[in-house]
Amino acid sequence: MLLTGNEAISLGAIAAGCKFMAAYPMTPASSIMEYMAAKSKDLDLVMVHAEDEIAAINMAIGAAYAGVRAMTATSGSGLCLMVEGIGLAGITETPVVIIDGQRPGPAVGLPTRTEQGDLQFVLHAHHGDFPRAVLAPAIIEDAFWVTVKAFNWAEKYQLPVIILTDQHLASSHATVDPLDLSQVPIDRGTLFSEKEDDPLEYMRHRVTKFGISPRAFPGLGKALVVTDCDEHDEEGHLTEDAGERTAQVQKRLRKLIPLEKEIGTPQKYGPKKAETTLISWGSTYGAIHEAVDILRKEDTSVNMLHLNELWPFPSKAVADAVSKARNSYAIENNATGQLARLIKAETGYDVSGRILKYDGRPFTPAYIAQAVRKERC
Amino acid sequence: MVTVSDYAGLKPAWCPGCGNFGILEALNRALIEMKIEPHQVLLVSGIGQAGKLPHYTRGNVFNSLHGRPVPPAIGAKIANSGLIVIAISGDGDAYGEGGNHFLHAARRNHDITYLVHNNRVYGLTKGQASPTSDVGFITKTTPYGAASPINPIALAIVSGASFVGRGFAGDIDHLSNVIKKGITHRGFALIDILQPCISFNHKNTFQWYQERVYKLEDERYDLSDKKAALEKALMWGEGIPIGIIYEENLPVYEDQLPALSEGPLVKQKIDPRRVEELLAEFM
Repeated sequence: MLLTGNEAISLGAIAAGCKFMAAYPMTPASSIMEYMAAKSKDLDLVMVHAEDEIAAINMAIGAAYAGVRAMTATSGSGLCLMVEGIGLAGITETPVVIIDGQRPGPAVGLPTRTEQGDLQFVLHAHHGDFPRAVLAPAIIEDAFWVTVKAFNWAEKYQLPVIILTDQHLASSHATVDPLDLSQVPIDRGTLFSEKEDDPLEYMRHRVTKFGISPRAFPGLGKALVVTDCDEHDEEGHLTEDAGERTAQVQKRLRKLIPLEKEIGTPQKYGPKKAETTLISWGSTYGAIHEAVDILRKEDTSVNMLHLNELWPFPSKAVADAVSKARNSYAIENNATGQLARLIKAETGYDVSGRILKYDGRPFTPAYIAQAVRKERC
Repeated sequence: MVTVSDYAGLKPAWCPGCGNFGILEALNRALIEMKIEPHQVLLVSGIGQAGKLPHYTRGNVFNSLHGRPVPPAIGAKIANSGLIVIAISGDGDAYGEGGNHFLHAARRNHDITYLVHNNRVYGLTKGQASPTSDVGFITKTTPYGAASPINPIALAIVSGASFVGRGFAGDIDHLSNVIKKGITHRGFALIDILQPCISFNHKNTFQWYQERVYKLEDERYDLSDKKAALEKALMWGEGIPIGIIYEENLPVYEDQLPALSEGPLVKQKIDPRRVEELLAEFM
């Protein structure tokens, strides 16, 4: 199959049962909304071209609250407008999938070029403490499976899931082995059953051991589904009560405990032990993979550690790799080494160097190999 | 049978004598008289004193962010077209923070009812000027007087809303009827509600409105005549018309979505194998 990253995301979303998308056109994400709109009739889904990004994410959240898998897609400065929605999904515990096709910023930046400049932004976007998940496909085939995973996690843990791609991944074509749709899992999380429980007793934000409250959908039964962007009690009504507030904050954050266990081990390539470890995330995978091959042909002792699942952060695996390598270089398409900073914050370890590129162009294997040679001198 | 007790919500935290009580009563009465049960209704509100209303009645509730009740209401309506979706705002929420959503929801003619509690002042944040405050209205944020107010009725009509009505919080029977008609109407129904704020707007009081409002039901004119409706929309001052100002059957956004012809989206099964037909296009 010949696919672009955005086509892989769109197919992943449809396979995962995404029935609603709202978005506002923005390069490099627009082709997702165009594809979803084109297939809306045959695949029974709805794509709303909203008046702005604020409306787009709020529409998606409304659809998800009503029980439909929903998403939006944009780029960094569109995501700036959507930030309020990330927190709304957080406090109302509404599953929503947000695609951020990164391009160089700030503001309009280089609108048709590529960058990995939004990692720190999406980790922190919005005020207050609440859980979220951040995923970043490495290659085009991944984009399909990561999107499927995002929809499952969003509903299982009732939180916003952000997928970071970039112009490089979104618009590149690759040949991909046929996708095996029988391997697409659908996990809608814990649902309220009116057959087993009294709908009059239903509480949307019931405090539970792992913070996951069974979901009911408005209008499908007698249960009233009440939620609020104000702090709320278990029923969903606004409250100022100190105890209720503390219980709800803790309940939401507890969802991270089972979610952390789902985070996969970062991908490794090259020898198990090497003098130099190249650390990366997202769409740089291919170029770095090839650079490792080039360097190893020159008898350089090098391997790579690549992160597809960035939040909750796989601290143990990364700390292990960084502490064991003599040299560890973060290779990133941004100006400050945003993953390197995240590693420092989450593990306490500094990488020994940063190979960065922020001219709007993707890395080439030769560029990386040369930069590694230079760092090692 | 639907009764008053079905709609008994939490105790309101509004000022005693607030215009919001009349609006709450009118909405409850409309729902009860239409024999709508609370689980069939979705109330989507924003932030402001009006945004608290859903907590003071019963139903499904999505209390959203400031200025944003309309987008999630649209998303929920498309996800479950069987829901009766009512969005609830104040004048700051609807015409200030949410102005863009208001225009475009009217233009696209989504099948939702939009109640705007218009007290011409910010109540929750204690008395600042709103987008509908009178010219010269002096508040802490407008010490030299507010700028010209927007006209929500005229704005809704020219933006393409298919139902535009106005009610008065001091005439519950009449308001309740307008709300019923708004809910029954298919398409975007704006009901702007004249709401006295006893704490922060000492001009537009219950008495001030009572001396000025008159019912359009007593007049006869073609409700689908946009020009005539705009004339009514521009009337203010000594005579303020209340009732249905404009109504026309226009194409409804949700009716044009092919996916909804199979029934509400939320009831449709998820089947990853349906993507098989799409994969073939990439071979």
